Amino acid sequence: MAERKTNPEEGRRIRVLVAKPGLDGHDRGAKVVARALRDAGMEVIYTGLRQTPEMIAEAALQEDVDVVGLSVLSGAHMALAPRIMELLKSNGQTHVKVFIGGIIPDEDLHRLKEMGITGVYGPGASTEDIIRDVKLAVAG
Amino acid sequence: MDFVKDVITGDRLALARLLTQVENDTPAARAALIGLFQHTGRAHLIGVTGAPGTGKSSLVNQLAMHYRKVEDRRVAIVAVDPSSPFTGGAVLGDRVRMRDLAGDPGVFIRSMATRGSLGGLAQATANIVQVFDAAGFDVVIIETVGAGQSEVDVARLAHTTIVVEAPGLGDDIQAIKAGILEVADLLVVNKADRPGVENTEKALKSMLDLAHPTERVFRHHGTNMNVTASNVNRAAKLWIPPIQRTVSTEGRGITELAALIEKHVEHLRQSGDWAVRERARLQVELDMLVRNELVDRFRESIQPETYDEILERVMRREVSPWEAVQSLMNGKRI
Repeated sequence: MAERKTNPEEGRRIRVLVAKPGLDGHDRGAKVVARALRDAGMEVIYTGLRQTPEMIAEAALQEDVDVVGLSVLSGAHMALAPRIMELLKSNGQTHVKVFIGGIIPDEDLHRLKEMGITGVYGPGASTEDIIRDVKLAVAG
Repeated sequence: MDFVKDVITGDRLALARLLTQVENDTPAARAALIGLFQHTGRAHLIGVTGAPGTGKSSLVNQLAMHYRKVEDRRVAIVAVDPSSPFTGGAVLGDRVRMRDLAGDPGVFIRSMATRGSLGGLAQATANIVQVFDAAGFDVVIIETVGAGQSEVDVARLAHTTIVVEAPGLGDDIQAIKAGILEVADLLVVNKADRPGVENTEKALKSMLDLAHPTERVFRHHGTNMNVTASNVNRAAKLWIPPIQRTVSTEGRGITELAALIEKHVEHLRQSGDWAVRERARLQVELDMLVRNELVDRFRESIQPETYDEILERVMRREVSPWEAVQSLMNGKRI
């Protein structure tokens, strides 16, 4: 079964949940990131739109992901992020690293980091940066 | 983490963690599978396969809802999607169609990538399914894209295989092109509200007529199995795959589909086919494992230099592949 074992040079396959919490109407950005992560060799579970924090935490658990990527364009990140972090913790998934991308004002960065969010990416962020940061976060 | 104990007692985090170990074929996974095997054999395994665009995921969503709401049976779903052959990564999007199942503790959905394997997929899937079986799920639905041999192998794992077609995907039946029509126990024409549904049905019916054997043979998903006479109920009718129309986005045809699945299960049990299929299923699994084990042992027993040298000789046309194999197997130099 050599084919299914992970390539020792590459390490385990990184599993990432890409989720759109809240009421955002479009997901083009999330899909761009999902494809970029796939092209970097990761397995991306994409949830689709209008996910509640409970749905996201449930998917993160069932899929045993290493990383959760939240895409939030509506500005609701300060309400959604703490709820999701809390649910991940109560499900026993404290090792999961959470990233947020979308429309995030600079003044919220600090509080998000304090909550335990690993990375925050605004509209100008490059997928290379995200990929690099995800790999670092999982390895660390 | 004691995987065996935790999975049996319903710890969902442990279950999810074990599934990851099983996918990566770790020693911990092997040990857990050995410990869990005696708890398997209860679940009904349903394979759902078909070309992309036929609406498999939303069909699985509806079927799972039926089993939960109408029959109160616990459902596990294994959704398999292809990995990129170039990067090894994958986007696994089947959950998008299954939001109706969110929040239900009687449901567990796990997405799997094919990881570019040759037959390794079927083994990994078989192992994943065993874990769900041991964890007490009544129904395990395995959803795959019916595009290749490995999906056919996955179909052999199931008790009941559903092949999904949809009208308007071209003049030909996609399932025939993919070579998976033979594995079907049930045929579904999804998106049956679209034009062309009668043509799709007619085409499927004529393919079934062609495939109908003139004498009674035991077929397990398209393979003729050797069966001793004492195992066979000679009065049993042959099972011809019925065709069911559905519109999965609207939940139409699902109750009928579930009834047909139940009929198939009854047929399997009454005809003695269930036991035969179990045997065939486990034999396929066992053979897969034996083959993998033998190849691994063989590779360990051969010096890479010896192997490379013989390969070089084959490349120079000094020796044929068949002679090369003989020399590798016998340890003799030609």
